Amino acid sequence: MAHASTQGHHDAHHEAPSGFFRRWFMSTNHKDIGTLYLIFAGLMFFIGGAMAMVIRAELFEPGMQLVQPYFFNELTTMHALVMIFGAIMPAFVGLANWMIPLMIGAPDMALPRMNNMSFWLLPFAFTILLSSFFLPGGAPAGGWTMYPPLSIQGGDGIAFLIFFVHLSGISSIMGAINIIATILNMRAPGMDLLKMPIFVWTWLITAFLLIAVMPVLAGGVTMLLTDKYFGTSFFNAAGGGDPVLFQHVFWFFGHPEVYIMILPAFGIISEVIPTFSRKPLFGYKAMVYATASIAFLSFIVWAHHMFTTGLPLGAELFFMYATMLIAVPTGVKVFNWVTTMWGGSLTFETPMLFAVAFVILFTIGGFSGIMLALVPADFQYQDTYFVVAHFHYVLVTGAAFGIMAGVYFWLPKWSGHMYSERWGKIHFWLSVISVNVLFFPMHFLGLAGMPRRIPDYNVAFADFNMISSIGGFVFGASQLIMVGNIIYTVFFAKRKASDRVWEGAKGLEWTVPSPAPHHTFSVPPVIDDSLLAHGDVSH
Amino acid sequence: MTQQGAYYVPHKSIWPIIGSVGLFVTMFGAAHWINGQTDLGRPMFFTGLAVIVFMMFGWFHSVIGESIRGSYNSQVDVSFRMGMMWFIFSEVMFFAAFFGALFYARNFSVPWLGGEGHGLFTHHYLWDHYTATWPTNGPGNIGGKFSVVAPWGLPLLNTLLLLSSSVTITIAHHALRAGRRRQLLVFQALTVLLGASFLYFQAHEYMEAYEHLNLTLHSGVYGSTFFMLTGFHGLHVTLGTIMLIIIWLRCAKGHFNRENHFGFEAVAWYWHFVDVVWLCLFLFVYIM
Repeated sequence: MAHASTQGHHDAHHEAPSGFFRRWFMSTNHKDIGTLYLIFAGLMFFIGGAMAMVIRAELFEPGMQLVQPYFFNELTTMHALVMIFGAIMPAFVGLANWMIPLMIGAPDMALPRMNNMSFWLLPFAFTILLSSFFLPGGAPAGGWTMYPPLSIQGGDGIAFLIFFVHLSGISSIMGAINIIATILNMRAPGMDLLKMPIFVWTWLITAFLLIAVMPVLAGGVTMLLTDKYFGTSFFNAAGGGDPVLFQHVFWFFGHPEVYIMILPAFGIISEVIPTFSRKPLFGYKAMVYATASIAFLSFIVWAHHMFTTGLPLGAELFFMYATMLIAVPTGVKVFNWVTTMWGGSLTFETPMLFAVAFVILFTIGGFSGIMLALVPADFQYQDTYFVVAHFHYVLVTGAAFGIMAGVYFWLPKWSGHMYSERWGKIHFWLSVISVNVLFFPMHFLGLAGMPRRIPDYNVAFADFNMISSIGGFVFGASQLIMVGNIIYTVFFAKRKASDRVWEGAKGLEWTVPSPAPHHTFSVPPVIDDSLLAHGDVSH
Repeated sequence: MTQQGAYYVPHKSIWPIIGSVGLFVTMFGAAHWINGQTDLGRPMFFTGLAVIVFMMFGWFHSVIGESIRGSYNSQVDVSFRMGMMWFIFSEVMFFAAFFGALFYARNFSVPWLGGEGHGLFTHHYLWDHYTATWPTNGPGNIGGKFSVVAPWGLPLLNTLLLLSSSVTITIAHHALRAGRRRQLLVFQALTVLLGASFLYFQAHEYMEAYEHLNLTLHSGVYGSTFFMLTGFHGLHVTLGTIMLIIIWLRCAKGHFNRENHFGFEAVAWYWHFVDVVWLCLFLFVYIM
C-alpha cells in the first residue's frame, strides 16, 4: 500500500526537476514552491530577528547607547512588518503548500502557476519595503499599524510601505484563493470534509479570513496614500474625516489577521499532539467548530484595539464582551489538546516538546489577552510593555513555536532524513527558557508603566529590561541551532527516515515515501479510513 | 498527458515570474514617482505596466491554447470557477472598505464634529461654528464651496446603461448556450458599447464636477469618498470593458462552444459585480 500512491508518476508526468532557473523560478510544483516559501520565511525571521537584537541591545540599559531615537522607531516598525508579513505568514503558506496536497491526496495545488506568482511577489514586496531604509527620511517609523496623522508626517518611506502592503496583499489573496480551491476541489474521492486533518481545516478557514480582510487593508492604506499625496480628507478632521476611521479600517483587517497567524498553528499542534500521544485527537468536530467560531468572532472584536480612542460607551461594552467570548472556543481547543494527551502513551520528541510548550505558553498569552479585553483595565495597560508581552506570547511562543513544531515534525518527510534529536532538544530547551526570560519580565515592566516603542526609559525599569535583553540574545542565538540542524538534516544526515517517520503518525502524508517524491498522487489514491487520523469520525 | 481519471497539473510557465517583476517595477516606480525624489519613477511605472500587459497577453495566450487543445478536465474548470468567485469576493471586500469610510463619515465623524455625542470636545474647542450636514467638506472648508452632482441626470442615465448591459450580456450568454452565433456577437457588441458609453458619461460627469461644481478630490470628506468610490468603480468598468472586448473577439474567433465557455462566464460574473457596485453607489453616494 505504502508506495502505491506514487506509482503513476513516471508515465503521468514528463517534467522531473530540470535546470535551476526552470525548477525554482518557473515552478508549478507545490513541494518546490513550499520549500521556497519556507526558506524565504526563515531568511525574514533572521532579518526581523536582527532588528529585534538591536532593539534589545539599545534597551539593555537606560539612556541612549547604540542608535538614534528615530532609527529605533524605524526598527520597531520594520521588525513587526518583517516578522508578520515576511516570517510568520509565508512560513504557514509554505507548510500549507507542502502538506495540504499530501494530506488530501491531491497531485498539487489547484492553480499551480498562480501559486508560483503568489510566492515570487513576496521577495519583490520585501525589496520595496527594505529599500526604504536607504531613502531620504529613512524607513517608515510610525509603527507597523501606520496610524495617521503620524504615519503620513514622516519621510518618503510610507509610500514604499503602502505599495509593499499592496504587493504582499495580492500575494496573500492569490495564495488563499489557491488554498481554498485546493481544499474544496482537489480532495481525493472519499476524503470527506469531516475526515480532513485539522491542519487542513484550520487553513481552509484561515484562507477565508485572508480573502475577506486583506482587501480591506489594501483599501485602508490606499486612503492613507491619497491623504498624503493626493489631497483627500479621509483621516483629516478639518475636512470632515477622522483619524480614528483609519484605526477602524486597519483593525477590521488587523484582528482577523491575528487569527490568520494563529489558526494554522492550532492546526499543526492538533496534528503533533495526537501523533506523540498515540491517540486520536479528542473532540475532532469540536475542534472544527471552535476554529470556525473563532474566525467568526474575529470579525466583531476589532475595536478592542481602540478602547482609549474615545469610543462611545455602548461600543466599548460590545467589543469587550465579544472579545471575552473568544475565550470559549479557545478554551475548547486547549481542553481538547490536554485531553488528547490524557492517558496517552506520550513520548517527547522535539515536535512534541514545542507543541506542549505551545499549549502552556500560548495559554499565558491568551490569559493576558483577557486582561487586556477588560475596558477599565485596558485604560491602564494601553501602549505599555504589557501589550508587548501579550502579543509576543501569542506570536512567538504561539505562532513561531507552532511553525517550529511543524518543521521538526515534517522535516523527515521532506528531506528523507532524521534531524538530530539531541540538537533539536537543545534548541527547544534553550528557546523555551530564554523566551520566558525575554518576554515574562515585560509583563512587570508594563504593569509598572513602561511605555512601548520608546528607546530610553526611567532607571526604575533597568533591572527587568536587562534581564529581558539577556533572554533576547540567548533566544536569538538559539535559533541558529535550528538552522544548523535543518542544514545538517537536508545535506549531511545519514539516518534515513521511514515512510511513517513517527510511530503514532496517521494520515495520507505518511503513506508516501520519505523523502516525498517530486510528484505524488498523480492519480487519486484509494482512501482507506483506517489510515486516516479522523477516518472514524461519525457524521 | 491528460488521461481519464488522472489529475491534471500544468507544465512550468515563465509568466508568473514575469508578472511578479512587472508588478514590482510598477509599484517601485509609483513609489518613487509620487515622492518625486528621482526622475526614474515615472518611466519605471510605465515600463512595469507594459510588462504586466505583456504578461497578460502571454499567460492568457498559453491558457487559451491549452484550453482549446482540450488539456483541461472538468476538475480544472471547477478550480478556475472557484478562483474567479473568490477573486470577486476579495473585490467586494475592497469596495467595502470605501463604503465603510463613507458610512463612518456620514454617521459618526461628521455628526461628532457638529457637536453630537457626549464628552467630545472637538466641536467645542476647535470648530464651534460648524454644523453637521451632508454633503460636507468639513469644518475647515477644505477645497472651498462646492455643489454635488444631481442624481437624476447623468447618474440615472448611467444606471440605465449599466442595467441594460447586464440584460444584453445575459441575452448573449443564452445565445451562446443555444448556439445562435449572430445573436451572440450582436449582443456582446451591444454590451461593449453600453459599457463604453457609461465610461464616456462618467468622464463627462467628472469634467463637469471639476469645471463647474468645484467638486474635486480635495473637497473634504465628500470629495474624497465620492471620487475614490466612483473612481475605483470606473477603473473596474474600464477593465471590465476591456475584458468584454476580448471576449467578443474570442467569440468571433469561435473559441467557445455551448458547453465550454468559462472565459465568457467569468467576464459575465465580473460585469454583474461591477453592476451591483454601481447600484450601491447610485443609492448611497448619489441619491441619499
